[in-house]
Amino acid sequence: MLQGEGGAGVGRAKMNLHHLTIHQAHQLLKDRELSSVELTKAILERIAQVDEKVHALVTVTEGLARHQAEQADERIRAGDLTPLTGVPALIKDNMCTKGIRTTCSSRMLDNFVPPYDAMVVERLKEAGLVMVGKANMDEFAMGSSTENSALFPTHNPWGLDRVPGGSSGGSAVGVAVGEAIYALGSDTGGSIRQPAGFCSIVGFKPTYGRVSRYGLVAFASSLDQIGSMTKDVTDSALVMNIIAGYDPRDSTSANYPVPDYTKSLVPDLRGLRLGVPREYFVEGMEKGVEVVMRTAIGKLEELGAEVDWEVSLPHTKYALAAYYIIAPSEAMANLARYDGVKYGFSYQEAESMWDAMEKTREFGFGPEVKRRIILGAYALSAGYYDAYYLKASKVRTLIRREFEDAFERFDALITPTSPTVPFKIGEKVDDPLQMYLSDVCTLPINIAGIPGLSVPAGFSDGLPVGMQIIGKPFSEETLLRIGFAYEQATGWQKRRPEI
Amino acid sequence: MKLSREEVNHIALLARLGLSAEEMEKFRGQLSNILENFEVLQQVDTSDVPPTAYPTPLENVLGEDEVAPSFPQGEILENAPRKEEGCFRVRAVLE
Repeated sequence: MLQGEGGAGVGRAKMNLHHLTIHQAHQLLKDRELSSVELTKAILERIAQVDEKVHALVTVTEGLARHQAEQADERIRAGDLTPLTGVPALIKDNMCTKGIRTTCSSRMLDNFVPPYDAMVVERLKEAGLVMVGKANMDEFAMGSSTENSALFPTHNPWGLDRVPGGSSGGSAVGVAVGEAIYALGSDTGGSIRQPAGFCSIVGFKPTYGRVSRYGLVAFASSLDQIGSMTKDVTDSALVMNIIAGYDPRDSTSANYPVPDYTKSLVPDLRGLRLGVPREYFVEGMEKGVEVVMRTAIGKLEELGAEVDWEVSLPHTKYALAAYYIIAPSEAMANLARYDGVKYGFSYQEAESMWDAMEKTREFGFGPEVKRRIILGAYALSAGYYDAYYLKASKVRTLIRREFEDAFERFDALITPTSPTVPFKIGEKVDDPLQMYLSDVCTLPINIAGIPGLSVPAGFSDGLPVGMQIIGKPFSEETLLRIGFAYEQATGWQKRRPEI
Repeated sequence: MKLSREEVNHIALLARLGLSAEEMEKFRGQLSNILENFEVLQQVDTSDVPPTAYPTPLENVLGEDEVAPSFPQGEILENAPRKEEGCFRVRAVLE
């Protein structure tokens, strides 16, 4: 029961509720010092205050949020609560929400209202979800800056003229500025980790198959994975506890036991062997990022980890090309469904069936989506299939094996999340290859299907730098342990942008 | 190697993707540049390397055929641009 004046809540009344973590909010809710209705109101006020500056949200679901908050408070009063009950969240706008517009930040799905919830949304609802809105993204999750949103670009709160990263840029910014306590993102080549790094929050892409893709609008099905975007590592563990697990409706869902991820949160790295692959520290890397990373890895050593600074993963340099053949090829097939017949944008003035389909796709998709459809169609077409798609799939095997070998010797690998700090809006938008390079540290992890965690590692000239922690399949607990120990020792996760 | 206009046209047709003349020119240059950079893959020796389609070693999962409710027709048609008598309305395929 938090009030503006008097009573037990007086200390907290002055506190910025929007900057609470999940575990802090949960404690207050559980102790009945704060209600979900009050917390939700504070978050909605924060959205009203800052979203015109950062443009993180596609849809604000105010009425729904207030209703869900009331329901959550009833659950809390009955003592039936989970750590997420009544805690306001943002969902990336490529996850289906029953009855709530799900646009993928595309003109193609501008009016699409899903008849069902994604599995992750079902799980969060069971846990007591309060959804305050749907987050902006690069159209169909294709991009690294959220500039490819057909609606508007999202701005980085650490520098409003800079990109927040992408494609889950709206989710990252929303969490960083307190338009939500946590968010869900999706990651096909870095789309959770890179924006998390750019916005100084924690982004977790679990092992491929760990979280069901049911209800996630498909981009590249062998690479897509849903994960958490949170203010600290403890919160990542709490979200993972709810969303991880088997789902027969996703044919690639892993039927593998889900641990209690909070058990792995120990602030000590003794006995862990960490490797630093040197291929992630060369070409195009900014000096400031390198300095931050060397300091961060030094800290991991201080915390008791044994660090080998001279690991080599020589196939890393082929990952970018392999990824940008495989992902567009899968995208081209997945996006064939947008034909203007079943749902979404439909060009009505056409002469014929083919004309209608081509015009629907011409006017419904934005430039990057079209570029990738063409690239994918080319890589899969007769005469080029062997040289491009098949070749890339074989290189994928080599990259995967190289990681497997490394994990014989190391419990985790440490790299920067991105080679640069957030770049200026507009800087790379007309140079697709330069844009693709901003995923160079994150996309090998999707190629191999392994988990990756990005944690705030400091700043270079006032702009955030993320550290990526990579592990073997289903080693989420090890990654959380490393991230937790690091943030406990450094406190970078407590910094908030001034806005 | 710059992609020819005919090649881009052919690919766009395969993907049933309409492109304006301006987009066509822009993509032609950008895609040529991208593909040129991807030539790097040809340096890798992949003889005797099997392709990977999915990263996790999943096996086929067999299940019982169980009758379960499907979505109500009305809900599925809710988003349809054109519908008629409980069906999606489409344009003539044969003319």
